[in-house]
Amino acid sequence: MANPDKSKPRVGFFVTCVVDAMRPNIGFASLKVLEQAGCEVEVPRAQTCCGQAAFNSGDDASTREIAKQVITAFEPYDYVVVPSGSCASMIRSHYGELFAGDAEWEARQRAVSEKTWEVLSFLSDIMNYRPEGVYYDGVATYHDSCSGLRDLGVYEQPRAMLSAVEGLRLTPLTGNDECCGFGGTFCVKYPDISNAIVTDKAEKIAATGADTLLGGDMGCLMNMAGKLSRQGSEVKAYHTIEVLAGMAEGPAICKGEEMG
Amino acid sequence: MKQTSQHFTQNVKAALADPTLKIALNRTTGLLQRRRAQVIEEFAEYGAARAAAEKIKDHTLDNLGHYLEQFEANAAAAGATVHWARTPKEATDIVADICKAEGARTATRVKSMLGEEIGIPEALARAGVERIETDLAEHIIQLAEDPPSHIVMPAMHKTHEQVADLFREKHKVPSNSDEIAALVESARRELRPKFLDADVGISGANFLIADTGSIVTVTNEGNAELTVTPPKTHIVTVGIEKIVPSMEHCAVFLRLLSRAAIGAEITQYTTFYNGPKRTGDADGPENMHIVLVDNHRTEMLSDFLRPMLRCIRCGACMNHCPVYAAVGGHAYGAVYPGPMGSVLTPAMAGLKNSKDLPNACTLNGRCKEVCPVNIPLTDMLRSLRARQFDGKLVTPVTRSALVVWGWLVRRPGLYHLSTALAVLAMRIWSMNRGRIRRFPMAGGWTGSRDLPQPGRGTFMQQYGRRKQK
Ligand code: SF4
Repeated sequence: MANPDKSKPRVGFFVTCVVDAMRPNIGFASLKVLEQAGCEVEVPRAQTCCGQAAFNSGDDASTREIAKQVITAFEPYDYVVVPSGSCASMIRSHYGELFAGDAEWEARQRAVSEKTWEVLSFLSDIMNYRPEGVYYDGVATYHDSCSGLRDLGVYEQPRAMLSAVEGLRLTPLTGNDECCGFGGTFCVKYPDISNAIVTDKAEKIAATGADTLLGGDMGCLMNMAGKLSRQGSEVKAYHTIEVLAGMAEGPAICKGEEMG
Repeated sequence: MKQTSQHFTQNVKAALADPTLKIALNRTTGLLQRRRAQVIEEFAEYGAARAAAEKIKDHTLDNLGHYLEQFEANAAAAGATVHWARTPKEATDIVADICKAEGARTATRVKSMLGEEIGIPEALARAGVERIETDLAEHIIQLAEDPPSHIVMPAMHKTHEQVADLFREKHKVPSNSDEIAALVESARRELRPKFLDADVGISGANFLIADTGSIVTVTNEGNAELTVTPPKTHIVTVGIEKIVPSMEHCAVFLRLLSRAAIGAEITQYTTFYNGPKRTGDADGPENMHIVLVDNHRTEMLSDFLRPMLRCIRCGACMNHCPVYAAVGGHAYGAVYPGPMGSVLTPAMAGLKNSKDLPNACTLNGRCKEVCPVNIPLTDMLRSLRARQFDGKLVTPVTRSALVVWGWLVRRPGLYHLSTALAVLAMRIWSMNRGRIRRFPMAGGWTGSRDLPQPGRGTFMQQYGRRKQK
């Protein structure tokens, strides 16, 4: 930043391991919109993963060490913003379970947890952001990913922001609040059950007649898009932030190499 | 019933290969979800009732000994005999001994999950007592020789077409229609005479009321009243966590139970039984025995599983579970299926014999959201995974994979390099098709869905390049 503006909130952007590897466009779209919304954004190099995979596999000791790394990397910022409901919820709602009895780390953890936000709710609730002059030509249906919805209350915010996108019409998805069958390591540990669940989801998506599927979590989107792609469906899947940034012009998830 | 939770993956394969099961599950779970959502929406005090219910249960659990003793004294004063059983064997021995002492040949039974948990059907068979299930769904599974697949609707795995075939084969005067009303009529014809001739009636209880010594049954068919009133002896087997301090407290749960369970404001029959027949009563059993069962519940009290003892067995968690909807109740291989079962089975049958159950969950949290007593099911399932990890109950391969990954994640430089290489490998492998249909060691994913082709480098690489420009 040439002219660091003291009045602007300083955001530490946590890209998440899945977006880092599989869909950098979501990261760049987030940076673009956060800056448009008036934030000063930095991407600390010392970030990798939030530790959710270890936590959900019961490896609390490793999770604790990973959490310490995240806390240390993001302590300096006013906010920690994450383009995923489940990773944001890991930091915000679950880190607290790791440091019981360790007063120093408990305090540091609480400070970071409290300022951690999922990107869509941050933009809408904290920055009062609404897109202007953004265009998307399509009919989209919305899947509410579980952690964002239940742990963080992300529901209205993406819809409110998307309603300001020209050319876009939202059509409701039956079972929008039902799990897509991703579940992190669940989908590879129990592939048959996961497949049964995502097959159901793909049917419901197809039944909406929408040409686009939107959501706020790359893990879930990758699961649903991966199923739709395998079925030969034409439905395009994007992260909501890609649409809000006007960066949903390149190929959708599983539809070709992203522009990058 | 036979415990098969240790063969979860095989059970799942069988369940997913059964197309009729899918039809049966879809019909019922969808309907139950819609009906529940509607009555909860119309119940303005739902939030307050749920919070009160949670508090009442927690308070009762904090003072469990006190309330159980109070119950015992009041039930005894009303003329009932109270027995205490630590284990399923102790409990079923008490039941068998009572049957023997009464010279019982037949016993009618009201559906009770605790009865299944401790093995009443098997115990009656061993004691040579003919068992007559009086709940329609229990009657169906008794004829089919199936274990229950749901805690409220034990025959949820069967379509009514299958039930019609079963009744045609087994009923003395079957109906020739497949209509549900005709099936109910057929079951009624079959069961009515047996109600009146039974020597013993066995029930569970939805609640125990400490300050009156009453037990409460909640049914939709009225079979509880018909089961326990005509015979000379009424035996109640019930888990100790079913206790509530008073009638007033019980009312809070009655308002929640049927709404959560079947999406109805109230059940057809809610009956309070206070001791056996008194002088001057027109009918009722001469003896009433209440068997209070522990079976690992007191252990759970001092464990992170304690909130599970709030459970009122409504079944809402399984009705809203995507895994349950995909595989049905039998796959869990235990008396209690679904999310609550995946917590209870490890507590009752041991984590070693139910390794898959806490893991076969996406942690989506809908179960907790719909639970009328706000049990943190997903948190407990996650904690059970931690207990498995600490207890070396995960496979060495999984363990080392986690350890290596955890090590790498804590070395950002090395991690970024490794992901960059992995992404490059995936890009080359994808041959610019935009998606990946197969990838080495990713069969769990690519067996049923595509992987996206990653971009030109990881986010961290691309971001670094842009910064340098
Ligand atoms: S855990 Fe909650 S939702 Fe599940 S059966 Fe028990 S009370 Fe009902």
